[in-house]
Amino acid sequence: MPTLNWEGQSIAVAPGESALDALLGAGVSIPHSCRAGACQSCLVQATGGTIPLPAQRGLKPALIAQGYLLACLCHPATDLVLAAPGPGARVPAVITKLTWLSESVMQVDLTATEPLDHRPGQYLTLLRHDGLARSYSIAGEHLELHVRRIPGGAMSNWLAEAEPGAPVTLQGPAGDCFYTPGDLHQPILLAGAGTGLAPLYGILRDALRHGHQGPIWLYHGALNEGGLYLTAELAALAEVHPNFHYRPTLFHRDGPLPKVLATAHPQLSGWRGFVCGDPQIVNLLRKSLFLAGMASRAISADAFLPTTLK
Amino acid sequence: MPTLYEQLGGAPAVEAAVDLFYRKVLTDPRISDFFEGVDMDRQISKQKAFLTMVFGGPVAYSGQDLRRGHAHLVARGLNDSHFDAVIEHLGGSLAELGVAPGLIGEVAALAETTRADVLGR
Repeated sequence: MPTLNWEGQSIAVAPGESALDALLGAGVSIPHSCRAGACQSCLVQATGGTIPLPAQRGLKPALIAQGYLLACLCHPATDLVLAAPGPGARVPAVITKLTWLSESVMQVDLTATEPLDHRPGQYLTLLRHDGLARSYSIAGEHLELHVRRIPGGAMSNWLAEAEPGAPVTLQGPAGDCFYTPGDLHQPILLAGAGTGLAPLYGILRDALRHGHQGPIWLYHGALNEGGLYLTAELAALAEVHPNFHYRPTLFHRDGPLPKVLATAHPQLSGWRGFVCGDPQIVNLLRKSLFLAGMASRAISADAFLPTTLK
Repeated sequence: MPTLYEQLGGAPAVEAAVDLFYRKVLTDPRISDFFEGVDMDRQISKQKAFLTMVFGGPVAYSGQDLRRGHAHLVARGLNDSHFDAVIEHLGGSLAELGVAPGLIGEVAALAETTRADVLGR
């Protein structure tokens, strides 16, 4: 059985167990959230031993070079010496502003102490002082996040009450759901539900900023009117940019979003697509775009993974 | 004499065929249920590996891999008729891409060698 050495403590890893489970089981306190290699909050540094390749999936090259790995993806075959992330792996930031965009969604603006080099549409993970971690998409050029206040939600309720200047720590950015300037005339379809609008709003404005000329369609799905937000801002953008088309879509009025898309855009060959939101809707949207002829590699998806704590 | 994989056009041919093939499979009511709810990214990389193999390319699945990978589908009723449908779409996709009938036959023959393992016999 391989053994982890954590600050002098020896911890055995049972067959099939991840390094994260072994550490938590031994009472080590480690931030964690998605347990699927996306949020990157369980980042640790290996100072000895052989790192299993899959444990570094999605990490920035600079972190990989320093022996960082994700404990949830790490199933060690041999002994490893692990340590908590050093300074430099994460970036301190403060909450600068809180703006309610609807009854349940707030925009949280952050300022980091050093440039993060992000692309709108990527996501980062917010860590509170006690290690509580959640991932959010970046909705713009600046660090702005859309956070839905969830009844009983630990992070969202804390953020809703946070004073400007409150310190947090940022992990990331990560993800490949962002605009890539190449073909300025390619038609783009953006589709998502709920706060899936956050990355789409970032990607949209990034595309417009790059002078994208082709048509851009944005479908924002919600159950009812209350689930929509930024409607005035998006309508205003559509006024200024004739190639941008904004389609707020209500489930109760228009039917399921994939069906709406299939009717409005039956032929998507040659298009570029971005789909964001809960995993179930993302899977359905992606399939519907693909079946309408969009190439699989032209579809970028960001599924918001749920937090899975033990 | 170029290999079958080279004659078909190698990796770019796999890239060209995978979307066409996977779209046919997903929209065929005889077999689409087996793909309900599966992650598309993972599925597409598996389809690419499958195509590379039946194109005679550098991917080798062991019989054990194929058995393990399809056991849950066999339990749900996967049988010869479903296997035949997939082979049909494989041929259809290649024909659409303008591949010569002789080469399509060679691909189908390679795919045929996996039947017993896929169906768990």
